[in-house]
Amino acid sequence: MIEIKQVNKVFYQGKRAINALSDINLSIAEGAIYGVIGSSGAGKSTLIRCVNLLERPTNGQVVVDGTDLNTLSNHDLTLARRKIGMIFQHFNLLSSRTVFDNVGLPLELAGTDKKAIKAKVDSLLELVGLGDKKDTYPANLSGGQKQRVAIARALASDPKVLLCDEATSALDPATTQSILDLLRKINQEFNLTILLITHEMAVVKSICSDVAIIGDGKLVEQGAVGDIFAHPKTALAREFIRSTLDLSIPADYQARLSHAKTATTHPLVRLEFTGASVDAPIISQVAREFHLDISILSSNMDYVGGIKFGLMLAEFFGTPSATEQAIAFLKENKIDVEVLGYVA
Amino acid sequence: MSLDSVLDWWVNNDRLIDLLVSSLGETVAMVFMAGLIGFLFGIPLGVLLHLTKESGLLSNKVVNKALGIVVNIGRSIPFIILLVAIIPFTRMLVGSSIGTAAAIVPLAIAATPFIARLIEGALLEVPAGLVEAAQAMGAKPKQIILKVLLPEALPGIINAVTITLVTLVGYSAMAGTVGGGGLGDVGIRYGYQRFDAVVMMITIVILVVLVQIIQSIGDYLVKRVDHR
Repeated sequence: MIEIKQVNKVFYQGKRAINALSDINLSIAEGAIYGVIGSSGAGKSTLIRCVNLLERPTNGQVVVDGTDLNTLSNHDLTLARRKIGMIFQHFNLLSSRTVFDNVGLPLELAGTDKKAIKAKVDSLLELVGLGDKKDTYPANLSGGQKQRVAIARALASDPKVLLCDEATSALDPATTQSILDLLRKINQEFNLTILLITHEMAVVKSICSDVAIIGDGKLVEQGAVGDIFAHPKTALAREFIRSTLDLSIPADYQARLSHAKTATTHPLVRLEFTGASVDAPIISQVAREFHLDISILSSNMDYVGGIKFGLMLAEFFGTPSATEQAIAFLKENKIDVEVLGYVA
Repeated sequence: MSLDSVLDWWVNNDRLIDLLVSSLGETVAMVFMAGLIGFLFGIPLGVLLHLTKESGLLSNKVVNKALGIVVNIGRSIPFIILLVAIIPFTRMLVGSSIGTAAAIVPLAIAATPFIARLIEGALLEVPAGLVEAAQAMGAKPKQIILKVLLPEALPGIINAVTITLVTLVGYSAMAGTVGGGGLGDVGIRYGYQRFDAVVMMITIVILVVLVQIIQSIGDYLVKRVDHR
């Protein structure tokens, strides 16, 4: 549905060229929910704005639903954009219009008659759960409600593609979840292809079927969400996955942690499980075979796209040689082990 | 002053009162006609200034610079000088250089660049994201101007109307000095030149009330249309 081929975007700051996007290739199938994740400044906003040519790529092709947008005249591009919905981080609703008139705006622009607008807008407001708010002005809505209005507005012209530019970044976690549920619902109900960009791995984890990771204007990794979570190939991918699991070392441990290994200290280790190792009863196996006592400080197992993965922080109590053997055994069993330090 | 003395003054000065009433009419006519014409030219000029900006919808450096210079020239000529300088043009347009109709010409010309800058400022208040959203939903430039920019800037535009009309009340007094009529003219001729303090006070009070009314109506309308 969306094909991005060899897209480059160069900005000029005075005479200095900045490569916002370098050789981006993406192919998004019809009906997919595709996530692009990156830190701020990575180029993800530029990328999504290239899909409806709000930003023209310096070179490369952007093909949406079989049409190469870059070859269109201004007039045809305007018409093509009506089939590409877009929602924004800051909602971008018109403050001078009621909820009803905001949702009806795309239809008004297309010259639809009033009766048809009313029928369409009423059904869309029902869909997003704001049927009772149609005469309200956006200023009197909460963030989540504003984004629902924006979604209804984006759907008004029956688009085939929905672009979400950090659509949940200004919302609290509970509201984020309800907006994501709504996006999933419209994806299934209308077979709408959704491209969303975000800096939150939790969003990708929650609704995306595929994900691309962007860093420094380059796509460093892309694939099915389950595969990326199970076998991240790049450091950046691993970092984003870790960011979804909160496994920080408790402050009192951090204070007692030292790098020096002595006869009386125990190692504090971080174990990283991936699809290959998460199901085996390995912790109890290690305890039994190497006569170790294992104290788990925290543990977080997650399930994404059919793949289980997780992180664990644990203290190993045992003789130094037994500890070493245990770590070697864990590594053999495809568990990433990192000794964070030693605790007295 | 007792009620009787006010009544006495009223009876003894009915000619002056007639003069004040007709002068108020002239002032109102000058201010509103000049304002109307000013907005007819000033709003499109302000919109054009906004659109041709570097990050604007129809960005055009040359046009923007040229318009900017024209507007700045208009804004920098002191009104009293403009008034005299364009007398030949005024005469060509309305057939005379004295009278209320003749005063409207320089007032409108002075108001136009003033309004253009105020409108430009009001449009600047519209978040760029709204224009972007409209573009993303397939709005043509004309639709963006009429359905997004102007309605969203409406509170600012009404504010600009109010400021302009109040400023024009002040300018209209100057127009009086070249035979434009109006309350300012009465104040200067009867009050200032004949040392008639009562007439001076009356004209000032009427002008103050007029400005208050314009400002109050403007504030009320802004409140009505502002949903931000």
